Amino acid sequence: MNMNDAPMLPQQDTGLTIAGKTYGSRLLVGSGKYKDLDETRAATEASGADIITVAIRRVNIGQDPNAPSLLDVVPPSRYTILPNTAGCYNAEDAVYTLQLARELLGGHKLVKLEVLGDERTLFPNMPETLKAAATLVKDGFDVMVYCSDDPIQARMLEDLGVVAVMPLASLIGSGMGILNPWNLSLIIEQAKVPVLVDAGVGTASDAAIAMELGCDGVLMNTAIAGARDPVRMARAMKLAVEAGREAFLAGRIARRFAASPSSPMAGRVA
Amino acid sequence: MMQIELNGKPHALADGQNLAQLVAALDLTGKGIAVAVNRQVVPSRQWPQRLLAEADRVDVVRAIGGG
Repeated sequence: MNMNDAPMLPQQDTGLTIAGKTYGSRLLVGSGKYKDLDETRAATEASGADIITVAIRRVNIGQDPNAPSLLDVVPPSRYTILPNTAGCYNAEDAVYTLQLARELLGGHKLVKLEVLGDERTLFPNMPETLKAAATLVKDGFDVMVYCSDDPIQARMLEDLGVVAVMPLASLIGSGMGILNPWNLSLIIEQAKVPVLVDAGVGTASDAAIAMELGCDGVLMNTAIAGARDPVRMARAMKLAVEAGREAFLAGRIARRFAASPSSPMAGRVA
Repeated sequence: MMQIELNGKPHALADGQNLAQLVAALDLTGKGIAVAVNRQVVPSRQWPQRLLAEADRVDVVRAIGGG
């Protein structure tokens, strides 16, 4: 086929590779805050996400053990389940939670570490996060880490051998969007592992902005589950992440102060 | 009888029970759970051998929705 016959279609995005495995979708979603399991299933499907994060909690003893459970609607046979340490405030609890998760998921290694600082901000406690990351890496886990948007902390995590750094764009559940794109850019510029925005996305444009900055992916929960129509928002986020990635690959125009006409000046009838 | 702590609450159990028996009594066999005794994870294949003792702290966990 010569060049004139070649379709003018851009090359397909290569997908998101984490710890040696490639995923088609760059959107990762949480499974919390839905009104029921049907909505969880529908929104998760609409998001197109391959990686779904879940929390690990004590079983309610005495509750009907045959009631449908999360893994029935988000089956590990179809999705990559990413157990997280939401609610952990120290390294020891986080490591223990993920050891339980690994057993629960039959030896599964990919995990999301988050060690929180306080309830008001849910900001990461970075000293405890680094401590837990070191232990988990040594124990053979592939660790994706929720972290502050601080390039030095991100580099420290990378040096420990984590498989992805996931800075917050704004506070968890706040929907405030990408508040410090410059810090994210510094992290992206230096990182040798995937960088994913984890937390803060409020609507589709926020996800697109994260991807346009060059993030490898976006992880979100509340922005979808808390929307008036979560299933539709899940689809919006899928499209936004794809659009933002395409725009990043395409390379945006430079911002300029003055106007530049889109039509040629020559041949005007005026 | 002995007293253990099950998911943070007191739980009475016949002497000499193992972890597999406890899980079965809770109707949780094969239910997508993980179990730890005194903060040490016990793989499911070892449940029948793992005898419980007075004051053991047992955690039984599962996956739920979360972000």
